[in-house]
Amino acid sequence: MEIKNDRLYAESHEWVLFENETTATVGLSDFAQSELGDLVFVNLPQVGDTVTVGETFADVESVKAVSDIYSPVTGTVAAINEALLDAPQTINEDAYGAWLVKVENITAKGALMDAAAYRALTEK
Amino acid sequence: MSQYVPHTQAETQAMLTELGLANVEALFSDVPQSVRLASPVALPEGLSQMETLQAMEALAERNAPYRLTLRGAGCYDHVIPPLVKQIAGKEEFVTAYTPYQAEMSQGILQSIFEYQTIVCELTGMDASNAGVYDGATAAAESAVMCRDRKRTVTLVSACVHPDTLAVMRTYGYGTGDALRVVPQWDGRTDLDALLPMLGEDVACLYIQQPNFYGILEDVPALFAAAKARGVKCILGANPMTFALLPSGREVGADIVCGDVQPFGLPMAFGGPSAGYMAATAAMQRRLPGRIVGQTEDAQGRRAFVLTLQAREQHIRREKASSNICSNQAHCALTASVYVTYLGLRGLRAVAGQCLSKAHAFAEMLCGIDGVSLRYPGEFFHEFVTDLPVAPEKVEAALEKERVLSGLPIEGGMLWCVTEKASLAQLQHVAQLVKEACAK
Amino acid sequence: MSETVWLSFEKSVPGRYSAVIPEPDPSGYTLPDRLLRKQPPTLPELSEIDVDRHYTALAHRAYGVNCGFYPLGSCTMKYNPAVNEAAAALPGFAGAHPLAPAHAVQGCRAVMDELAQDLCEITGMDAFTLQPAAGAHGELTGMLCVKMYHDSRGEANQRTRMLVPDSAHGTNPASAAMAGFTVVNVPSRADGCVDLDALETLLGDDVAGMMMTNPNTLGLFEKDILKISRMVHSSGGLMYYDGANLNAILGCARPGDMGFDVTHLNLHKTFSTPHGGGGPGSGPVGVKALLAPFLPGVASLGDQDRPQMKAFHGNFAVMVKALAYLKALGSNNLRSVAEHAVLNANYLLNRLKAIGYAPAKDVPCMHEFVLTLESIREQYGVSALDVAKSLIDYGIHPPTMYFPMIVHEALMFEPTETETRETLDHAAETMAQILKDLQANPEAMHSAPHSAVIGRPDEVKAARNPVLRWTPNP
Repeated sequence: MEIKNDRLYAESHEWVLFENETTATVGLSDFAQSELGDLVFVNLPQVGDTVTVGETFADVESVKAVSDIYSPVTGTVAAINEALLDAPQTINEDAYGAWLVKVENITAKGALMDAAAYRALTEK
Repeated sequence: MSQYVPHTQAETQAMLTELGLANVEALFSDVPQSVRLASPVALPEGLSQMETLQAMEALAERNAPYRLTLRGAGCYDHVIPPLVKQIAGKEEFVTAYTPYQAEMSQGILQSIFEYQTIVCELTGMDASNAGVYDGATAAAESAVMCRDRKRTVTLVSACVHPDTLAVMRTYGYGTGDALRVVPQWDGRTDLDALLPMLGEDVACLYIQQPNFYGILEDVPALFAAAKARGVKCILGANPMTFALLPSGREVGADIVCGDVQPFGLPMAFGGPSAGYMAATAAMQRRLPGRIVGQTEDAQGRRAFVLTLQAREQHIRREKASSNICSNQAHCALTASVYVTYLGLRGLRAVAGQCLSKAHAFAEMLCGIDGVSLRYPGEFFHEFVTDLPVAPEKVEAALEKERVLSGLPIEGGMLWCVTEKASLAQLQHVAQLVKEACAK
Repeated sequence: MSETVWLSFEKSVPGRYSAVIPEPDPSGYTLPDRLLRKQPPTLPELSEIDVDRHYTALAHRAYGVNCGFYPLGSCTMKYNPAVNEAAAALPGFAGAHPLAPAHAVQGCRAVMDELAQDLCEITGMDAFTLQPAAGAHGELTGMLCVKMYHDSRGEANQRTRMLVPDSAHGTNPASAAMAGFTVVNVPSRADGCVDLDALETLLGDDVAGMMMTNPNTLGLFEKDILKISRMVHSSGGLMYYDGANLNAILGCARPGDMGFDVTHLNLHKTFSTPHGGGGPGSGPVGVKALLAPFLPGVASLGDQDRPQMKAFHGNFAVMVKALAYLKALGSNNLRSVAEHAVLNANYLLNRLKAIGYAPAKDVPCMHEFVLTLESIREQYGVSALDVAKSLIDYGIHPPTMYFPMIVHEALMFEPTETETRETLDHAAETMAQILKDLQANPEAMHSAPHSAVIGRPDEVKAARNPVLRWTPNP
């Protein structure tokens, strides 16, 4: 189970990679994609949408289930990874490369942990 | 025991004994005493099978047996070939459940895949679902497909079937989205009135073709105006007309929907039938309801399966865009059998007969003093005439000869002629109308 | 039987044609060219014998109630009487136009009136609409009635929340959401029933109502139903009954007596009308008098300002079948349906327990029960799905899988009252054999079924790259 050290994690298994204080990219951890199984579709927000800490901003579909993805930050969606719309399996193949959204104007963060703490969480 | 419960007294007793129970009441011990019925439900006594059928026959006989039906208005009296009934009547098709277990339902799934292909070919769209309840709910669901955060208003032509409008309004009451009616002019959607209504909050425009009055709308012009303002275009069409009239693709539709009742389904007092919904590739994931897709099994054999299920209620629950389960499968199957059997040439024969007989009949009627076409413009197989007397008088006169007249509307009559009518019959009816109109 | 059944389109031969309807006289009216279709559709061209054989082949690849045991929990796959089909096919019914003048369709009106009356008696409701086309459609209708009721009292903007048990069928929250409500999940207790303490905390004057089914989706009767109704009513909410499980209490108890204000029924479940491979069903909605003003009407018959759920009157042919069923059963046979549905379910549950399967709740059930295969999964790596698929190899339709969501590795069985004891015994023996199979060779279970016309389809591929229609070669 890969857990990259360069980023922070939320309890709900999203990773956040901060570019600076107010800009970050968000994705799903390797643990999350393995739990979700083969992904068949991703529903992303639109550029310009507001995302809020702790609220769902996207979801991923496997054949039999839909899983909500919770925003680890509050801000505005600056970009979405459109390639995922045609190839959702990229999240399964490369969870840390398959970013979902880039968020700017970040004004708040949720409870985020570092790689070590996240590893401890996933091993529980 | 009753005919539908096969247990003998002895079997019931033996089963209770195996469970360690004294009697059947013991099975209901969790039901509070105050809620248990003390006496049987107030229904008549049960009948034998013979008596049941006789009772139903007696009810059916209380309906007037028309020899000829000249009324349409959304429900059409077409020929249903015996082969269609025979195939549709196969018990496996009638009594199967939804094909969630793909390995044992390839026949049902394949029939739906063929149905979806037929709908795509007729409408010119890229994808179709497996069916919804009827044309009116298909219109309502199509409008939901078009809404997004900014655009939530639905525009509906005043020339659509009143039930379609009522259903769209009802669904809109649920979601809280606004619906505005585009006025009509001379039996058609008023393009001039439409233009100022195409605001930035408008999600879609719904046009019925042919419209409720039977008139052919200028769909390309209406849709071009809508598209220019970023409004999605929904074409609500009688699928029989696609044998002759332009497809949804040819007129710029984003979604095409309607009712498959004309394809081999009896009128049956208005139901059941199935609504069809087809969309462009860009909108296909927004289609509600069941969809069948093609895939393979581990041996590379072609396999059909219900797919894109994550849109649906059993997975998305309150986040589903629609709560619909049923795809009215048996009705969609029947329609599919009809189209497969007739082929394009057969559909053109039916549509051509309807078109020419309706026009011949319209000409006969317009030869009567005081009877004229109410609206100008081309029509398919329905048209409205003004009458010099109350339409109910014409209705009553025709009923004496067991003919169901057109539908009385707004002081006139909405007629429909299908392939079932012969020219001789139509001439006779025209004579009856003439007599009824003479004052 | 493993050879491909080609699509009708693939069997097409240009020029094949059956002259069913005569072609129009060429001198008849034609539309001007500018109004005609440019690109003709591609449809199959088949001879009649090929059409007949094609659909015969498809029917052979379908499994109806006529083929064997169909214990789908929550679907009530009871026998579909042939006499019902005959009644619906009567020309007087089949040939009736929905907008014919009232005096000409007295027979149809009588069918609807009699059915509605019967359903009122059966459910303890005051009025029924027969318009909704399916169960989910009925749920939406009921939800809209609740909304209109609160709206009429000026409370629609206040009462925006609908309580739904976490064990509920997916249509419940979906229907509530479609009606504009915010769905609030009510947790279940360890015994599988609604948690009253949790319910207490969720009630308030922002609650429009609560949706329930009784017995619930675990097949257990909610014993506290009267208390629950009182609690919801006290806070100003209404009680909605999902009639999917009515077969368990038909003729024995009535939702109207349990405090429910509105209910939908499924004619295609409880009332023996056939499932058709996925419809058409019918979902009549019954209400107490306070909600009667909000029942739908028919605009094309002149009803102004009434809600409407579908065109015309509803699925009339389905109503005919249900009425024929009720005429055959009558007051004297109604209870026996529920009694034997519950007997059959307990009998089968008991046998499966004896063989070694674990019930989700080890208590007597009503008309359906849920097994949990969680420990089988832990011990052998074999899932509920694997066991369900194995049943196909033995010619039995699998039970409902993975529902309700609150049970892990769930299999829900509902035998219904129309099954014989031998069928239940055979099903139990089959499940015993499958247990032996999975203990001896768990690996093989993952690729079951082995004897069907296809193995497990690749659903991931189907969803990632949707192919939703046949395409002609360019």
